[in-house]
Amino acid sequence: MPTRRAKIPATKYPVERFTLDNGLRVVLTSDRSAPVIGVAVVYDVGIRSEPEGRTGFAHLFEHLMFQGSENLEKLAHFRHVQGAGGTFNGSTHLDYTDYFETLPANALERALFLEADRMRGPRLTEENLRNQVDVVKEEIRVNVLNRPYGGFPWLTLPPVMFDTFANAHDGYGSFDDLESATVADAADFFRRYYASGNAVLAVSGDLDVAEATALVERHFSDVPARPAPERPSFAEPDLTTERRTSYTDRLAPLPAIASAWRVPDPVTDFAGYLPYVVLAEVLTDGDASRLVERLVQRDRSVTSLGGYLGFMGDPFDVRDPTALLLQAHLPPGGDVDKVLRTVDEELDRLATDGLVEGELARTQARMATHLLRDTDAVLGRALRMAVLEQQRGEPGLLNDLPRLVGEVTDEQVRAAAATLRPERRASIEVIPGGAK
Amino acid sequence: MSVVAAGVRTLPPLGPTRKLKLPKQVERRLGNGLTVIVVRRPAVPLVELRLWMPFGRAPLARGAMLAQTLLSGTESMTSVQIAAELQRVGGGLNAGIDPDRLMLSGAGLVTGLDRMLEILADVLTGATYPADDVATERDRLVDRIQVAQSQPAHLARTALLKRVYGRHPYAVQTPEPDQVRAVRPGVLRSLHAQRVHPAHAVLVLVGDVQPDRALDAAEKALSGWNGAGHSADLPSAPPLEPGPLLLVDRPGSVQSSLRVALPAVPRTHPDHAALQLANLIFGGYFSSRWVENIREDKGYTYGPHSLVEHSVAGSVLVAAADVATEVTGPALLETTYELGRLASLPPREEELEQARQYALGTLQLGISTQAGLASLTSAYAGNGLRLDFLAEHAARLAKATPADVAEAGRKYLAPARAVTVVLGDAERVGPQLAALTPVVTEPVSA
Repeated sequence: MPTRRAKIPATKYPVERFTLDNGLRVVLTSDRSAPVIGVAVVYDVGIRSEPEGRTGFAHLFEHLMFQGSENLEKLAHFRHVQGAGGTFNGSTHLDYTDYFETLPANALERALFLEADRMRGPRLTEENLRNQVDVVKEEIRVNVLNRPYGGFPWLTLPPVMFDTFANAHDGYGSFDDLESATVADAADFFRRYYASGNAVLAVSGDLDVAEATALVERHFSDVPARPAPERPSFAEPDLTTERRTSYTDRLAPLPAIASAWRVPDPVTDFAGYLPYVVLAEVLTDGDASRLVERLVQRDRSVTSLGGYLGFMGDPFDVRDPTALLLQAHLPPGGDVDKVLRTVDEELDRLATDGLVEGELARTQARMATHLLRDTDAVLGRALRMAVLEQQRGEPGLLNDLPRLVGEVTDEQVRAAAATLRPERRASIEVIPGGAK
Repeated sequence: MSVVAAGVRTLPPLGPTRKLKLPKQVERRLGNGLTVIVVRRPAVPLVELRLWMPFGRAPLARGAMLAQTLLSGTESMTSVQIAAELQRVGGGLNAGIDPDRLMLSGAGLVTGLDRMLEILADVLTGATYPADDVATERDRLVDRIQVAQSQPAHLARTALLKRVYGRHPYAVQTPEPDQVRAVRPGVLRSLHAQRVHPAHAVLVLVGDVQPDRALDAAEKALSGWNGAGHSADLPSAPPLEPGPLLLVDRPGSVQSSLRVALPAVPRTHPDHAALQLANLIFGGYFSSRWVENIREDKGYTYGPHSLVEHSVAGSVLVAAADVATEVTGPALLETTYELGRLASLPPREEELEQARQYALGTLQLGISTQAGLASLTSAYAGNGLRLDFLAEHAARLAKATPADVAEAGRKYLAPARAVTVVLGDAERVGPQLAALTPVVTEPVSA
């Protein structure tokens, strides 16, 4: 069958960037195809910046940003967003924390007011802190402690791969650390990291750029200027000998394994990094991918499989150090060593023989669909552009991603596969304690 | 502690509300009975596809296996070839099943629409259920069921469905591993021949398409899909039968999964808009009484939520919260209190306005993406509705009065009508719950 390469399409979302006098960076991207807007504020602080003895603090602090601010009582933020027909949330990542709303377009000024108000100062009280420590503990119970495979592998693999506290520690936090958190800690954290100079505001959707610019200035220009703190290096050397650990999950019915290999710096070496993003998909995207075909269908040594970049599955919004991850669940009694050996074999084969005709092009076409689909959501554009601005000063990269992914060559993917050697690998195995 | 300057700034008002504008859609019924609906949203150069096929009363394990292996091969292609050919046009298809329908869904580059439809047609008319693939997928489905059965959310759902639906087909929605192990390719081919046919099926295409051209493409690809077969109507879901709280024992749980089922009505029922608003005020969004009480005031839980769930044979309201083991009794007490309050006293005017704005605004948000539009259009069509029902629903939401919502609260949210299930460590939570209500305890099934 002749290989007809699907043409990779592009989006042309316009990008307007400016910086207020207080250092707040702003990105506006207008698209009037639906009467909705996305608003995102991203602060350049995440799990990696938590102090020792305060695991989980970045996430706990994210909760505190919803507990009222200068002009808003507790509960007011939620009510004002939802009472305008919108939705909201926030999330804490390794390198940043985001706060966001999706709203009907007539609520733009209200959303800006709400974000500016908490950028000036959240209401940090003992009562709110204790309440949110309780809520976060229930969040950890529902997502980690009361279910099988909780935190696998995003919380369980970093301590195998990394040695420094910043990269290795549990980002959800220990109950002891959470309970020890104080209002003074929160005030310090806010002062240091939630500075206007350390934040990016992005607004996407049904907006007029001139009007939106005036509204942003009206609400944010008097946020007190504070500079961004200096960001320390979180660099760690690559592995030179294999690392492997295991633990028993008393609720898990099946064995599981996850492995990670370091990849090039996603920001300073984007061209070197992109082939790994493509490689993960060549290996694991769908029934026609290398590892699914081999491990799931041919050998039946694995029952489900995933591969992705970044411990939180965030290829384009994470900084160095980060990794390519593969994770698999095995049938009952499955042999983890055999699975790892087969992965090595398949990586060797890819590195030696290269890709077959059409394999790369079809993977890239599918990746384009995924990227475009994410940007169709107004909030997806605001969030992604805010982080691209923060980490790269390049929000318009969002428009270029499908094309750049499409320009990765066979040779680059093959070279990337050749670096995923066992001696650079960190793995964690889940031993099922709940098998019947 | 941050210094707070008191009340110097006031919340800006909202701009003028924009009228709900529905995108252009066209529809055609093909000669073989298939309905095709196309909605144009050109935002990104993609197309979303949803094919809804009625599948009520299908045998559970066979239905699940059919969905698992529908894309495993045709006369001309293996499972790998199907996946690769779809990928080539940026596409993908997934099959899913529930007691109402079999669904094929996916998305791809819009330039690949014709090819996606061709492959879809090949699967619908020529799926072969190869023995090897069926054997592999059988084991994988059993593994997946085992993993599901270790998840508290799944176990709580399973217990609630059984308690709510009794002998109705909705009562059991996950097959037993042994039933799955018994499924052979031959029975899948017969089930396909009997049930995978175009009569009463609805194909929805949404995206950067020219609607008439997309209709023609669908007709060209799918008019050869035939098959007499039969469909089966589901009996109406039975009314809820309140009774003692069912405590399902999962020793060692550090949380209790609290699930409360309450009566509800279908989307077209005259009470539906008022019920939706009453549910929002109770626990249907973050700014609800229940969430503000048991999360933001008391810290018992992380993500409580309540939702009106619509199925073909009936609707039900389900409130769900995972709460710390030691506060399971207190959490039930507050839940009963908030339900009782809404059933006994009218909501405040501003509470209703806030819920109304949320309901109307999120309608706009829901149709602002291709994927959202496709899923909504398909869910509506599966229940005999079209997208213009959204405007009708919006008008009803806009008109509902405090008296309507109070009446809905009385009729549907009364704690006396609730069916309650708690999954948790019975030894620790049993006494807490028994202090509040009669309790029957069962071991966890599976």
